[in-house]
Amino acid sequence: MTVDPAWSADEMMTIAAARSLTDRSACFVGIGLPSTAANLARRTHAPDLVLVYESGTLGSKPDRLPLSIGDGMLAETADAVISVPEVFSYWLQPGRIDVGFLSAAQIDRYANINTTVIGADYHNPKVRLPGAGGAPEIAASCREVIVVVRQSKRTFVERVDFVTSVGYGRGPGDRERLGLRGRGPVRVITDLGILEPNSATCALTLVAVHPGVSVDRVRENIGWDLAVSPHLTTTSPPTEAELGALRGLTDPEGVR
Amino acid sequence: MAEIVSLREGIAELVHDGDTVALEGFTHLIPFAAGQEIIRQGRRDLTLIRMTPDVIYDQLIGAGCVRKLVFSWGGNPGVGSLHRFRDAVQNGWPVPLEIEEHSHAGMAARYVAGASGLPFAVLRGYAGTDLVEHTATIRTVTCPFTGEVLTAVPPVNPDVTVIHAQRADRRGTVQLWGISGVQKEAVLSARRSLVTVEEIVDELTPVPGAVVLPSWVVSAVAEVPGGAKPSYAQGYYDRDNAAYQDWDPISRDRDTFTRWLAERLGVPVGIPS
Repeated sequence: MTVDPAWSADEMMTIAAARSLTDRSACFVGIGLPSTAANLARRTHAPDLVLVYESGTLGSKPDRLPLSIGDGMLAETADAVISVPEVFSYWLQPGRIDVGFLSAAQIDRYANINTTVIGADYHNPKVRLPGAGGAPEIAASCREVIVVVRQSKRTFVERVDFVTSVGYGRGPGDRERLGLRGRGPVRVITDLGILEPNSATCALTLVAVHPGVSVDRVRENIGWDLAVSPHLTTTSPPTEAELGALRGLTDPEGVR
Repeated sequence: MAEIVSLREGIAELVHDGDTVALEGFTHLIPFAAGQEIIRQGRRDLTLIRMTPDVIYDQLIGAGCVRKLVFSWGGNPGVGSLHRFRDAVQNGWPVPLEIEEHSHAGMAARYVAGASGLPFAVLRGYAGTDLVEHTATIRTVTCPFTGEVLTAVPPVNPDVTVIHAQRADRRGTVQLWGISGVQKEAVLSARRSLVTVEEIVDELTPVPGAVVLPSWVVSAVAEVPGGAKPSYAQGYYDRDNAAYQDWDPISRDRDTFTRWLAERLGVPVGIPS
């Protein structure tokens, strides 16, 4: 089957996110964009990536994309199915998981994540979001965290309305002060480019733009004065193999 | 020893107005039929506990059964937000909803403490999050051995826990397998428990990785085939993903939802408000 070489910004984002995962590492996978990217990585360069879902499936090998984190296929293809208390106490808390893979409703300069409420008043929110789920402790305890989220001024804000999951708090030293044992977010992948925390300031900095995206366009879609790395690169475009594998996951019937 | 009852009897005997109730299930084996029977019987002022309140909790909240929700993630898995839950939090419809919000790690620890008969659970959690400021049941404790400051959360001890399982024997011993979530802890932390099952059998043959709840820790068992639909029961039926997607438009609008309540559950229009 030939692959249509034209790709979308969402496809570029998912492929860039998948490339960030290393084979044979253990990855705690949130549903949605992270799950798509993690499953794509397993189908491309990281066939032995260990997928851990918070429903208690260790080493799931789904042959299609699950709709939820607890689909039966995840249990049937797992190395082990464990209880939810065990997931958090035995596996996540002691730092056994290499990468936590999260998304966000809001994210700020220091990669703090909000999935709780939009609006300043917690008790009278503009929008009530689903809440924390596993994210606070995933962000705290995984060895590192990767965030994948579509970019807009509404999502990328100077300060999140509610800190659900801590990135770098208010800046350098905060993670250590809070006793958070993982490194924190090492990369934020969007549909426009890739941001990474500056090693001195911890502030998210633009390190790559996706093909065809200008730095101005990234800046227009972010809610703070974004720093740009002097070593800014352009992401390699999706390969035919990557696009074929991704579409096999998201559109197995080939409707596209 | 568990009593074998009908679903109607089980809810009538075990779930009372004002009770604290946990209907647990982590995507799999969600006790939908039991939750809808609670709506039919018109229970009010419930405090509901659940790690992942989803569509059945949206229905209970929209039907006006719930005063307070203790939870860690409230959404329609794989689809989006819960609109009845949102409407209750943002607009107090049909009745105001108090919330007590945790993370999964914290809720799981609270169930373990409840099942263990302990006054608190300890974990590394919540540090630096705004949950600490808004949730009174998140505190700290100092380790007596190392001096390290850790997070403490109190147990949950529901008046009644309701779960769905694949099967039980005639004495009421329950067996469930696949993704088992926090159901064992939810039953063991509760004062009373009701388990709905796909089938009651003469003998429970062993299943790898199964959770077994002996008859003497379960209050009642009701045979309710399909009682977890539209979630799934591994070995019996698959998740009806379309039903979860269909819930989104039904629940967005108060009138559509109220009509759904009337048509599907026989709740007279106007009851919720």
